Amino acid sequence: MTTIVRATEPTVTGTRPPVGLVAFAVVAAAAAAIPLVYLVVRAGETGLATIIQTLSRGRVLEYAANSLGLALAVTATALVLGTAVAVVLTRIRVPFPRSWLLLSSLPLAVPSYLAGYGWLVSFPSLSGFVPSWLLLAAVTTPYVTLPVAAALRSATGDLEGVARSLGRGPIGAFFVATWPQVRPAAIAGSLLVALYALSDFGLVAMMRFPTLTWGINSAYAASFDRAQAATLALLLVVMALVVVAGERGARRQLPRTTARAVRPRTISRGMLVSLLPVVAAAPVVGVAVPLLGLGTRLVQADTLRAVDVPRLLGAIGATVGVAVAAAVLAVLLALPIAALAARYRGRLVSAIESVGYLGHALPGIVVGLSLVFFALAVVPALYQSVVVLVFAYAVLFMPKAIGTMRAGLGEVPPRLIAVARTTGASPLTAWWRVTVPLALPSLGVGALLVAIATMKELPATLLLRPTGINTLATELWNRTVVFEFGAAAPYAAVLVLIAAVPAMILSGVRSTAKEEL
Amino acid sequence: MRARRFLAPAALTAAIALMAGCATGDPSTDPVDPTTAPPADAGSFTLYSGRDEALVQPLIDQFTAETGIAVEVRYGNTAELGALLLEEGEATPADVFLSQDAGALGALSAADLFAPLPDDIAGAVPQGFTSTDGSWVGVTGRARVVVYDGERFTEAELPNEIDDYVDGDFAGSLGIAPGNASFQSFVTAYRVIDGEGDAEEWLSDLDARGYEVFENNRAILAATNDGVLDAGLINHYYWFAQAAEVGADNMRAQLKFLEAGDPGSIVNVTGAGILAGSAENEAALAFVEYLVSEEGQRYFVEQTFEYPLVPGIDAPEGLPSLESLVNPELDLSDLDDLATTQELLARLGFI
Repeated sequence: MTTIVRATEPTVTGTRPPVGLVAFAVVAAAAAAIPLVYLVVRAGETGLATIIQTLSRGRVLEYAANSLGLALAVTATALVLGTAVAVVLTRIRVPFPRSWLLLSSLPLAVPSYLAGYGWLVSFPSLSGFVPSWLLLAAVTTPYVTLPVAAALRSATGDLEGVARSLGRGPIGAFFVATWPQVRPAAIAGSLLVALYALSDFGLVAMMRFPTLTWGINSAYAASFDRAQAATLALLLVVMALVVVAGERGARRQLPRTTARAVRPRTISRGMLVSLLPVVAAAPVVGVAVPLLGLGTRLVQADTLRAVDVPRLLGAIGATVGVAVAAAVLAVLLALPIAALAARYRGRLVSAIESVGYLGHALPGIVVGLSLVFFALAVVPALYQSVVVLVFAYAVLFMPKAIGTMRAGLGEVPPRLIAVARTTGASPLTAWWRVTVPLALPSLGVGALLVAIATMKELPATLLLRPTGINTLATELWNRTVVFEFGAAAPYAAVLVLIAAVPAMILSGVRSTAKEEL
Repeated sequence: MRARRFLAPAALTAAIALMAGCATGDPSTDPVDPTTAPPADAGSFTLYSGRDEALVQPLIDQFTAETGIAVEVRYGNTAELGALLLEEGEATPADVFLSQDAGALGALSAADLFAPLPDDIAGAVPQGFTSTDGSWVGVTGRARVVVYDGERFTEAELPNEIDDYVDGDFAGSLGIAPGNASFQSFVTAYRVIDGEGDAEEWLSDLDARGYEVFENNRAILAATNDGVLDAGLINHYYWFAQAAEVGADNMRAQLKFLEAGDPGSIVNVTGAGILAGSAENEAALAFVEYLVSEEGQRYFVEQTFEYPLVPGIDAPEGLPSLESLVNPELDLSDLDDLATTQELLARLGFI
């Protein structure tokens, strides 16, 4: 099968983006900026002296260094492992490649706190940096594996073969020929990994590795000091902005090539076996061991009781409902930002895109409180309604959609739009009729990522849900806090199963609909 | 065209409607069973509960069955609900806050978010276990204890005073949750009872001998029960909660109550307050009154193994009496001064 791919013109630079697009993007960025505004207000109430005192006291700098070190280690691991898995599964003839890719997507469905808990059941002495690093890396690796696999499968040339025939070793050939083509996908995925690691609280709390999110939580929990919490959260924001800027720098110039698809290489059985640990690492560490641990607890529990089926169904309904709504809203908000970032450069564009990513760098409790603040000030009638809850999810998880959608929209050849324009279509019509349908798979990927994250979200849900509404995550929390492991297990199992559905769909999506061009 | 349908705003509306339908269609979340609900004019109120649903909901159902008052409950953890109430301020939909610790109640009281309680409610609980100004009332007590690995130690091997855990008498690993309110109120109690200098020395000794940091009491208990931690400082009730799940005989972790009057044996209280805007809400008042009634107190004794705070009601079986734990020199309201404790802990590198 030969896939024909057209070269994409380089990103339009120097042209001014349409005012309408900028306006929409500014609105979306404003939504994403709500937590930032809230933090500045709260931290600002105390004055500079207190802020400096907070930042210089006790172990704050150690926490910050821990956050940074963890994010770096997790990101590097996920980047290398995810890329390696993607290359193995697409470029080497392995038995059941689709099943392996599907397995590789499963860690996405496991909430980090569940992964941590499951491991502690079997290995209670785990603590500190190393387990936090390895477990977070395992549950976030699919953010790299899936887009890179999609990019590799979609269309690239056998430049690697050429490079090797010119005397490069396999690794050298990979860097010369294949890496440039998957780099945007790999780096966009790594950004999500980094933000996830910075904002995670559930796992580091279980593994007793104190990071900034730990400090933020105890500022709320023990001191009831919102200004102190806000100051620490702002420190996290600064780190996130550095990460986002780093990604933008690393993403630059995408060399484009016209080429044909690559057939998977056949390798010896021994080689295949030696690759097994690479491919199996994330699913084993992130899914199999934790679920096994949870299963053991289930068997040990004395108070194994009948599952309250209507209640479980209610939680499933609420979880799926909020996840679908959040996915749609997050994609709608991310769309103008992604469209802007896909085609234009400049300070304004950079600023808008960076702000769009902020929500994902903050722990859920901060985003949740910021929306309490916002909703009560602006739309008190909607406070504690599903609308505000869904909006909060969109703010938190919009970043998951921005990167993939930007890549998808950016790969639609501007030439096609120009053709549509010559038939008399307005720019918006042309964009809607040509660009969006072609980039639809990437919009779908964005929506699925948001849906998965929403299903697993806990702290913001606890703060913002309408009183009486329970999601699977809140029900799980309800039971584990009182040691009802027996009663909690069905909720944990159903949560992972339901979140696995979009994860598995993701493993089959290609980055763009190139083949249909 | 697929793209259009996918992105139509109608889809969002539909999804929200779908979800709202699913959620309200669930009969089990309805706080009042329609078959037993007395007349609707009995009133209703909204409760923010920092205590767990499994432990508190049966009591609320019992209350509703007796009074006909409908209770809408929002469950969360105490810290988050405390932060939420501070954020909501006067706009809060909550009428009553039921808190897992006194710290959250003190913070809300300091922000003037509570309405003063009537004297008969505020006075139901003796001084030392409730607020000094009647802004909230204590409901139950939890003793600070040492949890230890019962397979590695016998009770007699564990020192009776908290000082001996840091000055060399006890060689095992020791777990603490320095960011947790209950540990911080223990340190505050130490400062109040033995003075700032001794408290700092105790912490320095702890630092010198070494300790394991945990996020909360529950994690300390779990680690001790799994045999990876020798001993830790927690509240007694967590042990009973886990024993209820796995069976007391299967508990590897055991509890050691320290000597009466020792800072290591103070009692932390849970409590409830009425939010400022709900001073006139009779239903809310009736509920807080119910919490400190004999029936409410007995419920906690029997179901959660906590200490009742209202005089005349016996402590749970097998626990030392509340009187034996109380330090007469310690006024619980002195424990409000968490800020100084936190500065101390920060200065010594604990938080």
